[in-house]
Amino acid sequence: MSAQPLVLGIESSCDETGIGIVRGTTLLANVISSSMEQHARFGGVVPEVAARAHLEALEPALREALAVAGVTLDELDAIAVTSGPGLAGALMVGVGAAKALAVALDKPFYAVNHLVGHVGADVLRTEGEPAIELPTIALLVSGGHTSLLHVRDLTSDVELLGETIDDAAGEAFDKVARLLGLPYPGGPHIDRAAADGNPTAVRFPRGLTLPKDLERHRYDFSFSGLKTAVARHVEKLRDAGEPVPIADIAASFREAVADVLTAKAIAACTDLGVPRLLLGGGVAANARVRALAAERCAAAGVELRIPPISLCTDNGAMIAALAAQLIMAGHAPSPLDVSADSTLPVTQIQA
Amino acid sequence: MLLAIDTSAGTAVAVVALDGRVLAERSTDDTRRHAEVIGPFLDEVLHAPGVSAGALTGVVTGIGPGPYTGLRVGIAAAHAVAIARGIPLLPVPSHDAVALALVEGGIAAGRFAVVTDARRREVAVTVYAAGLPLPTVVEPAHLVARIEWTPDEAVPAHEVLEIAAVPLAHVALARLAAGLPFAAPQPLYLRAPDVTLSAPKRVS
Ligand SMILES: [Zn+2]
Repeated sequence: MSAQPLVLGIESSCDETGIGIVRGTTLLANVISSSMEQHARFGGVVPEVAARAHLEALEPALREALAVAGVTLDELDAIAVTSGPGLAGALMVGVGAAKALAVALDKPFYAVNHLVGHVGADVLRTEGEPAIELPTIALLVSGGHTSLLHVRDLTSDVELLGETIDDAAGEAFDKVARLLGLPYPGGPHIDRAAADGNPTAVRFPRGLTLPKDLERHRYDFSFSGLKTAVARHVEKLRDAGEPVPIADIAASFREAVADVLTAKAIAACTDLGVPRLLLGGGVAANARVRALAAERCAAAGVELRIPPISLCTDNGAMIAALAAQLIMAGHAPSPLDVSADSTLPVTQIQA
Repeated sequence: MLLAIDTSAGTAVAVVALDGRVLAERSTDDTRRHAEVIGPFLDEVLHAPGVSAGALTGVVTGIGPGPYTGLRVGIAAAHAVAIARGIPLLPVPSHDAVALALVEGGIAAGRFAVVTDARRREVAVTVYAAGLPLPTVVEPAHLVARIEWTPDEAVPAHEVLEIAAVPLAHVALARLAAGLPFAAPQPLYLRAPDVTLSAPKRVS
């Protein structure tokens, strides 16, 4: 195998069918087919709808990625796939396809962890940009997950510091958007509505930040109480026949999420003496989360890294990039009988 | 040489020569491990004596009906092999494999129905008229409430728990020989995705 392995990665853990092709740390193609619009009227990702869409999108996305990268399947050095965590039925489409590609092409098969893939995306920087330095703290936030990781080695040493104990942050954005009559997906619409709002209009609760909670859940998150508090606030206004100040509520809600996410991430950096923070996942696109992370990182002397948004949201390139790292570090391929594991722990970088 | 994959019930994989001879076959009736076993099964049949991935001329995929999660694994895998080898994907309704095996085995004659469980107290039914080289579809796959499913004396029903890959390949060979078209590569879901649109509930 070449020093810079040519790897095709398949991602199907949620609502994006992603096919990525990388050569070592060089991005060659990153094709994403999203079923987001099909979920819009339900206000959240419907697993069966997502799984059906993956099967439909697979072949066109694969062909497009090969065309964009200008490579043939024969040239590939390995096939990689997300084997978890994620939606079981969605994951299985990618896993079935990836195994079959690997066997039919007689190429090594790498089943990798989706969350670590988000961190791996950062190696795909354009030429001339500084490479990711380790160790780093990684804050991964999307509609499917909210996780805080301590990454000491991308291919062998990742620790889960904390995660959401109920809703993912992106899910909270979707649910609050529905409550406010804003469209799906909630993140960008709340971001837009919040732009003209007062973030201090309502002091919504910051989940798991009280001293007694911090003892057991220092790096864990909870957004269920926040969502309920917003709902209660809106109901009270409506019951009283008062107008609902959408912009203020959106801004106050967004502030609560951004506050707790960044506060816990910076606390991890400080506690563990790791002067680097990486943001990943779709919520990294949120304007307030980015701004507050930048502000607090600067104040704490922490270097902030945010990969380009097309590499932050779920994609196949990050899966290919992580597999390329595993190959370059000498890791053997995954067995062909690995399962799609919807709860794959982050410590298991490769299945 | 055809590769056939069906995951509409358990997982069944076979490689069949163009004259119908079985070159390799692997299957399990486990209905929960499609995504796991598809890898080793494909690896084993494609490395069986006299078989190679490069010698395949088509990939037959059973398109159900069957439980969706497992069904999609086989279709995705078949698609991938077809793309990898640059050969056609040949989608066949899974019940057709059962019907052909029943007729070839002399078990079914005249009109008959192939029945598989469709969960939620429903069955999937396809009605055929016996015939060779292929039975004719009289009523395509559709769902019937199990409780209302009263076998017609004139149309004996054959309920099966497994779909084999070899007869699936034989159906494809017969269609190829007769110049008949193949089904669309989409699964026979027979049901819309199960989603309900609920308004946000009050919390206070
Ligand atoms: Zn993700």
